[in-house]
Amino acid sequence: MKYVDEYRDPGIASALAGKVALMATRPWVLMEVCGGQTHTLMRYGIGDLLPQDIELVHGPGCPVCVTPLEMIDQAILIAGLPDVIFTSYGDMLRVPGSRRDLFQARAEGADVRIVYSPMDAVKIARENPSQRVVFFGVGFETTAPANAMAVWQAAREGLPNFSMLVSHVLVPPAMRLILESPANRVQGFIAPGHVCAIMGFREYEDLAREFQVPIVVGGFEPVDLLEAISMLVAQLEEGRAEVENQYSRSVNYFGNVPAQAVMRDVFQVSDRKWRGIGEIGDSGLRLRDEYSAYDAERVFRLAPLHVEEPRECISALVLQGRRKPVDCEAFGKRCTPLTPLGAPMVSAEGACAAWYQYKRHA
Amino acid sequence: MCLAVPGKIVNLIGEDPAFRSGTVDFCGIRKNINLAFTPEAQPGDYVLVHVGFAISTIDQEEAVRTFHYLTSIGALEEEGLAR
Repeated sequence: MKYVDEYRDPGIASALAGKVALMATRPWVLMEVCGGQTHTLMRYGIGDLLPQDIELVHGPGCPVCVTPLEMIDQAILIAGLPDVIFTSYGDMLRVPGSRRDLFQARAEGADVRIVYSPMDAVKIARENPSQRVVFFGVGFETTAPANAMAVWQAAREGLPNFSMLVSHVLVPPAMRLILESPANRVQGFIAPGHVCAIMGFREYEDLAREFQVPIVVGGFEPVDLLEAISMLVAQLEEGRAEVENQYSRSVNYFGNVPAQAVMRDVFQVSDRKWRGIGEIGDSGLRLRDEYSAYDAERVFRLAPLHVEEPRECISALVLQGRRKPVDCEAFGKRCTPLTPLGAPMVSAEGACAAWYQYKRHA
Repeated sequence: MCLAVPGKIVNLIGEDPAFRSGTVDFCGIRKNINLAFTPEAQPGDYVLVHVGFAISTIDQEEAVRTFHYLTSIGALEEEGLAR
């Protein structure tokens, strides 16, 4: 596949790793923010190519992992109501709520359907006028414009039976939280390339300046990530703290302006609770009041829930790069992808699941 | 979840910018993709597709430039000059 295969070239990958080894004069701790990047790093064993002094820690960029338990419980509650068709991206169905997941709800008779695109959910609403169709709108900035477009289109058509359960989160506030923590160890960030394809990278300049931390916008293939790591190590060794763009074939400074426009029209910035981490101010999106007729929380008059996380799960620390999955007592024993205690063990992009799949026997 | 896959636009469907879509080829698999966010994209262009939407038109010049740089590093490695 063009723009994929060439970025998996083993010769270039090992040359870049060699370049990093040549440059690094002391240990550095780098974080890849996005779960998709975590998956690539683990799958291709990129950590093993690098000198031991370069430590990669995994960030909170897995929407499945950070969607709060309460939201999963609300989704299950809605899915179980009469005349409801509950639609979602596939990876949300196995995320454990406090008692069960959406797959179990489906096994018990709820009409839960996996869709590829939020527009498929709009289509289901159009074709099933006597049913109430709800879409589980989760994700980071990459997904927000698509989800916004679904609401925008439903509103434009006046579809009365479509609504969205929104649990959208934003990357920069989570990076700020990590950087502000006294326990922070991260010295350089690989910023998520597809989030930046939408948002550009203006926002990251403030973080780089304020915290004197280098940030490189990175792609998702092994060569992309190794080049991003080499750019970070070069900055750190030279004492620079700038935003640089490794993923220039898909990301520009301003991002995708039409996508941002739809996103801003439909959503507004709001506080959000992150699973395992807690509430972060202005760290997510909610539907604007003009679109409240499409807000599932209002349509179904959901009462706020408060649920405690399993005490044994250390996902909050894993998501902030402060502990590794293997530091957890339950890892690989009481917590596996088939019986996950916490969300990072569910999604293939979750740090725990990636470790379980690729590093368990290492 | 932020997975996005590059594909090549085969044809365009619809004039309304909000409903602009097209057929995109992913190594032989063809899908109808919403192109509302890439109004500049034309048949033959590669776009990055996420949940049914093109989120970015791949900049071929940038891709070629980056790749020349990367292959030059790869060539240095082969000649044993990189270490």
